[in-house]
Amino acid sequence: MDYRFETPASVKTRLRDVDYLSDDAIAGVVFLADRLGKPILVEGPAGTGKTQLAKSVAEILGARLIRLQCYEGLDESKALYEWNYKKQLLRIQAERNSEGSWEDIEDDIFSDEFLLTRPLLEAIRATEPVVLLIDEVDRVEIETEALLLEVLSDYQVSIPELGTIGAQQIPMVFLTSNNTRELSEALKRRCLFLHIDYPTMDREKEIVLTKVPGITDNLADQIARIVRSIRQLELKKAPSVSETIDWARTLLLLGVDSITEEEAVETLNILLKYQSDIAKATKELSSDQTKKPGVVRT
Amino acid sequence: MTATSSDAGMLELLAGFITELRNAGLPVSLTENLDAMEAICHIPIEDRNAFKYALAATLVKNNAHWRAFETVFEVYFSLRGKQYSLSGDADVSVDDADDAMMNPETQGAGAGGGGGEALSPEQMAEMLFSALKNGDDALMRALARQAVTRFAGMEPGRPVGGTYYLYRTLRNLDLEGVLERLMEQAQQDSPSPLTSLEERLERDEYESRIDKLKKEIESDIRRRLVADRGVEAMAKTLRKPLPEDIDFMHANREELVGLRKAIYPLTRKLAVRLARKRRHGRKGPLDFRNTVRNSLSYGGVPVEPKFKYPRPAKPEIFVIADISGSVAAFARFTLQLVYAISNQFSRVRAFVFIDGLDEVTRYFEGVEDISAAIHRVNTEADVVWVDGHSDYGHAFEVFWENYGRDVGPKTTVLILGDARNNYHASQAWVVKEVQKKARHVYWLNPEPRAYWDTGDSIVSEYGTFTEGVYECRNLRQLEKFVEVLE
Repeated sequence: MDYRFETPASVKTRLRDVDYLSDDAIAGVVFLADRLGKPILVEGPAGTGKTQLAKSVAEILGARLIRLQCYEGLDESKALYEWNYKKQLLRIQAERNSEGSWEDIEDDIFSDEFLLTRPLLEAIRATEPVVLLIDEVDRVEIETEALLLEVLSDYQVSIPELGTIGAQQIPMVFLTSNNTRELSEALKRRCLFLHIDYPTMDREKEIVLTKVPGITDNLADQIARIVRSIRQLELKKAPSVSETIDWARTLLLLGVDSITEEEAVETLNILLKYQSDIAKATKELSSDQTKKPGVVRT
Repeated sequence: MTATSSDAGMLELLAGFITELRNAGLPVSLTENLDAMEAICHIPIEDRNAFKYALAATLVKNNAHWRAFETVFEVYFSLRGKQYSLSGDADVSVDDADDAMMNPETQGAGAGGGGGEALSPEQMAEMLFSALKNGDDALMRALARQAVTRFAGMEPGRPVGGTYYLYRTLRNLDLEGVLERLMEQAQQDSPSPLTSLEERLERDEYESRIDKLKKEIESDIRRRLVADRGVEAMAKTLRKPLPEDIDFMHANREELVGLRKAIYPLTRKLAVRLARKRRHGRKGPLDFRNTVRNSLSYGGVPVEPKFKYPRPAKPEIFVIADISGSVAAFARFTLQLVYAISNQFSRVRAFVFIDGLDEVTRYFEGVEDISAAIHRVNTEADVVWVDGHSDYGHAFEVFWENYGRDVGPKTTVLILGDARNNYHASQAWVVKEVQKKARHVYWLNPEPRAYWDTGDSIVSEYGTFTEGVYECRNLRQLEKFVEVLE
């Protein structure tokens, strides 16, 4: 089988071409996932580009992205497949007056024609390249997780009436999790694990520069520094990368080219979403705090 | 892959590495082990970063374990990498430094004896200053090595973890003084006076560079210790409990910071779990009306019976916590945890005591920042009655007198403490009375079970009047207990 990527470095450059700035960890794990034919479990704080990674990989591979959004109560009829029972009923009714035996009908109504494929089966059966994204997998109950196991380890789906359907090709699979609960060992064992944290300052600056056209280097640098400073505070919800980008866009629209204290404080509500966090950051960023020499902050 | 001798060596090293990860508490399964072996076949071995991430992706499936992994990785693999890459290197000072470690006789006493370069301390401080100022990573690395050689005073064969050497090196470098100098310099260099925001950003930048330097020094010390004492001995010395296994009562400052970070994701998890538990998994009696209504769509056949889902009232929680020195950290974490998931309860009331008792609910009301409230509890609550030594008996009496009537059939009471009563009267009847009125009474004890009822601990005497005494020494046990609550 042909591999999709030659080296981790090539993953990085190709991702960069589609405006996704990865780091060594991300590129390395994507590379390995391809080589080992294993799914990637991506974890990390909200808004650090977990879902975007799957989209970007699909883009560079020219593959179709099949997305399964998880939620509480997801079951196999939504994730794997379902029999189109209405059509089956019609078929039986149409058959009522003809001579066909029950076996014929049974063979007939449990055939491909009556099968509704859901994302997981669709990804398995696809002949063209696909990337499967199972989003927010921590939202399904622990029992439902078992549904995924067969697909993730053997790339096959067993349908009692039809038998086992194997994959035409091994798709790239991404699972994302916001870590609202511990995933089962069985699931974790089958995946490569990738934790995407907030980016380093330099990487964040680059992200701002790529994602916000027309921004000056100086402003991007300042934004990245201020955001880093804010993330060091003990907050309920630290600003995410997407919020940084929103903030950069706002500042650009306001025609700011060098952020002053007032402008920073006035636009904080774009970065932070809790009143207590805003109050805390305002206090930290405004004058009297830092004037004292040797203030030790945590 | 053919099994050449170097491959065999690599496999052996990897096996040792994985054993050490398991010793450190990481759950590495056999399949993950095999995955790791397969993964590194695909990675160019000289690419250290890729090698590290390959191992991490296959072996570490929980971000909280990352630190432990990194430490073990450094011990097992970085020394090798460095030696190989340094053999052809012209960096004299480093080779000398390593030599000095190997042959203690050649190492002079005190500063300046170990390094090959004759830098005066002033010159070195100057170089450090400019390296930090310009963010020159290469120079910083070299200086870190130099500083360790000079100041750490490492002695071969001593079974220590390196914290002491780190402390000695850092004390000599006076990084705080350097930071102040850097800030002054930044003030002078800028054409107009720095605004406070700019000043803050500058300071952050320098602080992060200094952090980098500290890390560099730490790993340099570690490298030398590994060279001196061997991989396994070193890994054993450095083995630290995972955040969820840190003992509340004996956590040091650094571990406390780790705990605080670990508690936030935990509270989110618990809140989701408690909410789910309330919604699911209960079937009440048949809901006749609903069943009949539903049967209409099947022509009156009750195909799908409907049940009443009971909506249990959210419990009211009373936390009564001992906050005397020995168990203060535990009380703090439990309060923080309970308040963080307080929307799962109809009401939370908190009481703290040492030998007197005070209600501290007001500190938490309308406050979003729980840690600030906890801080106020520690500084403002009126909990000392006579001498500030724990007196459970008196504290319970005060509780019964002032708040006993508030305990009702919906109340769940949590009592936190080690029950070390300094031989005062136990007044266990209060707990008995509380148990009669309350829905549940639980006792959480941060001491190891083996210590219960030794010395002045009378936990069993109180425990007979509760539904259970739980050992809560770390987050893992605390998490387990919270699931019992309902």
